[in-house]
Amino acid sequence: MAYTDDEILAGLAEIINEETGLETDAVQLDKTFTDDLDIDSLSMMTIAVTAEEKFGVKIPDEEVKNLVTVNDAVTYIKNAQS
Amino acid sequence: MAAQITMNTPMRYARMLGVGAYRPDRVIPNSEIVDAIDSSDEWIQSRSGVKQRYRARPDESVVDMSEVASRDALAMAGLDASQIDAVIVATVTHMYQTPGAAPLLAARLGLTCAAFDVSAACAGYAYAVSVANDMVRAGTADHVLVVGMEKLLDITDLTDRGSAFIFGDGGGAAIIGPSDVPGIGPTVWGSDGTKSELITQAPSWTDFGANRDLPWPTLRMEGPAVFRWAVYEMAKVCQQALDATGITADELDVFIPHQANIRIIDSMVKQLKLPESVYVARDIVETANTSAGSIPLATERLLRERPDLHGTLALQMGFGAGLVYAAQVVVLP
Repeated sequence: MAYTDDEILAGLAEIINEETGLETDAVQLDKTFTDDLDIDSLSMMTIAVTAEEKFGVKIPDEEVKNLVTVNDAVTYIKNAQS
Repeated sequence: MAAQITMNTPMRYARMLGVGAYRPDRVIPNSEIVDAIDSSDEWIQSRSGVKQRYRARPDESVVDMSEVASRDALAMAGLDASQIDAVIVATVTHMYQTPGAAPLLAARLGLTCAAFDVSAACAGYAYAVSVANDMVRAGTADHVLVVGMEKLLDITDLTDRGSAFIFGDGGGAAIIGPSDVPGIGPTVWGSDGTKSELITQAPSWTDFGANRDLPWPTLRMEGPAVFRWAVYEMAKVCQQALDATGITADELDVFIPHQANIRIIDSMVKQLKLPESVYVARDIVETANTSAGSIPLATERLLRERPDLHGTLALQMGFGAGLVYAAQVVVLP
């Protein structure tokens, strides 16, 4: 069963909350991980690996650095499911 | 019929008899390196845990530094240097293709025994402990001096934001000798050369020799990718080492991972679900990442600060450039 965009966003928000303590409401599609959410590249790796497990997808190292906004991540995970 | 080969003593156990360390005199706090990388003490600490590092003198060599740590380890073991019959030095910063550091160190100690270097980067010490364990067990040697020592700042680009703040100089030594009971568990080790580009020297010595306009060779590291490999793959290797030794995380007393980055250490602890009762070495805060030197340095510190941990069970885990890794459970001296 494929996750919807809203489910992916909600799941990512939970993962980010667990890793950084950031409120889930702060995780919006247009936010950038680095500048808006203050997530560094090491935390980003942890978030990517946790998202892989949660959504059953692969997010290779070289793709993680291309995920600039939350929307980038939602789109990547949605496409990787199919 | 050919004559029969005479073998050494039958298989026996080995253990760590002593550890020693060498930390150079000069301390470099983050405040002294931040300008060159347009950074701050706060950023470095949040990113790596490192508050300071030690720097060796320009005239100090890996062999000089190894001699101090070796004599320190011999003192804890209560042995005279003459009782050592093999010397293994793990290093990537003995700046001679040949001869190796180990024969030079052996000579400093008045020895003419077997002596060789191990090139396994940050896993070098754990590799050497494994080899020494096998040598003692097989009767190839009675007492092996194992050294992990680095002068990493000589091959660090102090203007590289990705690596300048993480490395330091120093290292330590251990004496491995015979034991009536098992003191070093099975080593779980391996490599993945397909990921060699994640931590490497650039340019190569050959390219640098051919074109002196190139920058001096230094270490280059893909930090986030190394972080992912270290946390998620190496935690599995740690678990395999515990399983191979037949102990659970609850039965472990100490965890001494290679001091690569405090974020890696903390994430590994989380992945391994280590109970609060396990003492976790965090020498990186004051010593930074000293590659092959980090595990013996951390071991020496924890035994000095926590004498109650002598004789307890420690999981030590080295991982780094290659990529290579090795983990084993040891009884601390």
